[in-house]
Amino acid sequence: MSKVLVLVEHDNASVKDATLAAVTAASQLGEVTALVAGASCDAAAQAAAQIAGVAKVLKADDAAYANALAENVAPLVAGLMADYDAFVAPATTTGKNIAPRVAALLDVMQVSEILSVEGPKTFTRPIYAGNAIATVESSDAKLVITVRGTAFAKAEATGGSASVEDVTATADSGLSTFVSAEIAKSERPELTSAKIIVSGGRALKDAATFEAIITPLADKLGAGIGASRAAVDAGFVPNDYQVGQTGKIVAPEVYIAVGISGAIQHLAGMKDSKTIIAINKDDDAPIFQVADIGLVGDLFTLVPELTGKL
Amino acid sequence: MKALVCVKRVIDYNVKPRVKADGSGVDLANVKMSMNPFDEIAIEEAIRLKEKGVVTEIVAVSVGVAKSQETLRTALAMGADRAVLVLCEDEVEPLAVAKIIAGLANEEAPGLIITGKQAIDDDSNQVGQMVAALLGRPQGTFANEISVEGDAIVVKREIDGGLQTVRLALPAVVTTDLRLNEPRYASLPNIMKAKSKPLANKTPADYGVDVAPRLKTIKVIEPPVRSAGIKVADVDALVAKLKEMGVA
Repeated sequence: MSKVLVLVEHDNASVKDATLAAVTAASQLGEVTALVAGASCDAAAQAAAQIAGVAKVLKADDAAYANALAENVAPLVAGLMADYDAFVAPATTTGKNIAPRVAALLDVMQVSEILSVEGPKTFTRPIYAGNAIATVESSDAKLVITVRGTAFAKAEATGGSASVEDVTATADSGLSTFVSAEIAKSERPELTSAKIIVSGGRALKDAATFEAIITPLADKLGAGIGASRAAVDAGFVPNDYQVGQTGKIVAPEVYIAVGISGAIQHLAGMKDSKTIIAINKDDDAPIFQVADIGLVGDLFTLVPELTGKL
Repeated sequence: MKALVCVKRVIDYNVKPRVKADGSGVDLANVKMSMNPFDEIAIEEAIRLKEKGVVTEIVAVSVGVAKSQETLRTALAMGADRAVLVLCEDEVEPLAVAKIIAGLANEEAPGLIITGKQAIDDDSNQVGQMVAALLGRPQGTFANEISVEGDAIVVKREIDGGLQTVRLALPAVVTTDLRLNEPRYASLPNIMKAKSKPLANKTPADYGVDVAPRLKTIKVIEPPVRSAGIKVADVDALVAKLKEMGVA
């Protein structure tokens, strides 16, 4: 049976959801060891030990790992990989930053954003903005994989009882330092884990109109708020709202696209949603080709009416 | 300082790719090809740094088929000073591309290497990080804003949930996100001038790189097609549907 090392994404206190999908994917390959690298990250390590399917937790607690800088975390992982057959990371910005650096240090090709595990070294992954699905088989001695969170069920966050083992930190590379972070504070469900998402496009005109039209509907439904690239570029909302090939990949129960035409780039980020609802005044908009339920008309009257009737 | 910018020739982002009937890949015959959009942003950023006097020379590099020359000419027309084409008729994986770029970097000694965050064909998002690893240099991935301050570069990065700023020791590798800048168009006189700028031809063997693929593509298929939906007449009908689904 293979031994799999999973990168735990965390904020030193709790484990982020994306890790749970990565654990599910890793369990299909072999015995899972979770790696928690951070500074004063004992709480996160304890949380990782509770995840169902995790056999062991490795805790690397050092100031060098405080902000998950790839220059410090990648050599740690590469060193640990002497004892493992595969390294699995969630395909979040943290995972995407670290995993390829690990792969190059190990001289192996990374398999990015897998959708399924087809065999011990065979995986499916989307290419061309999700317009094609490739099945690939690795010939490398060790695997480095990132996992698309929406493609795997989340492992149960509790019920496990793994032991936590300390590992020795590698030295700070001295190549990079953390300066600051601006994290958008929100009471809303996180986009990638929201059950319902209301998403707005360029048709919303400006930031104030976006807020006035989209927010009340999202509040009514307890939904996360997303946006197309056009809406982000126009400055209606911050860029971490962006759903698409180059933004977040989401697959909620219900995705409501308001004033979004449905460019390839956007569809790549949401077409695996269970039910897609589109509200758009253009009857020929490509979004209607993927929408389960479409409503053609002026969003400035329809959306407030919808919000009022819910 | 010298800037090395990596560009890739890919299917134009407006084209809807077609999967070949035999499942061997995506049909690229007679399809419009262009520079990867993230790489345009990379070139643009290098030019802006040159305009600020931070960068003295911009070298554009591409690994790929002979026609990648066109992509390099576009980079030269935008403002790159010279170009290097590493000729390879078969598809090259990110790890091999990264090794070639690292080899070229050892020869050229750039202060800054800029790549796009990902190519829109294989969607790998690996080359920049791998180049940084192979050279033992820091990486500023998904850059939203950069500024060179003495012997360091400050990179504001787009991360899940917001932005993160890091300070990297030069030389460094930066990968571009969409919002780093708005790339310029090449003017006709500059397109003409670009034809006489130097373009060197190299091969992977020049850098001692074996480009044999590590991943074997077994098949490529169309994604599952969504079943046709319905259109509702008015908001009441939509509300009824939402209630049916238990959402409202």
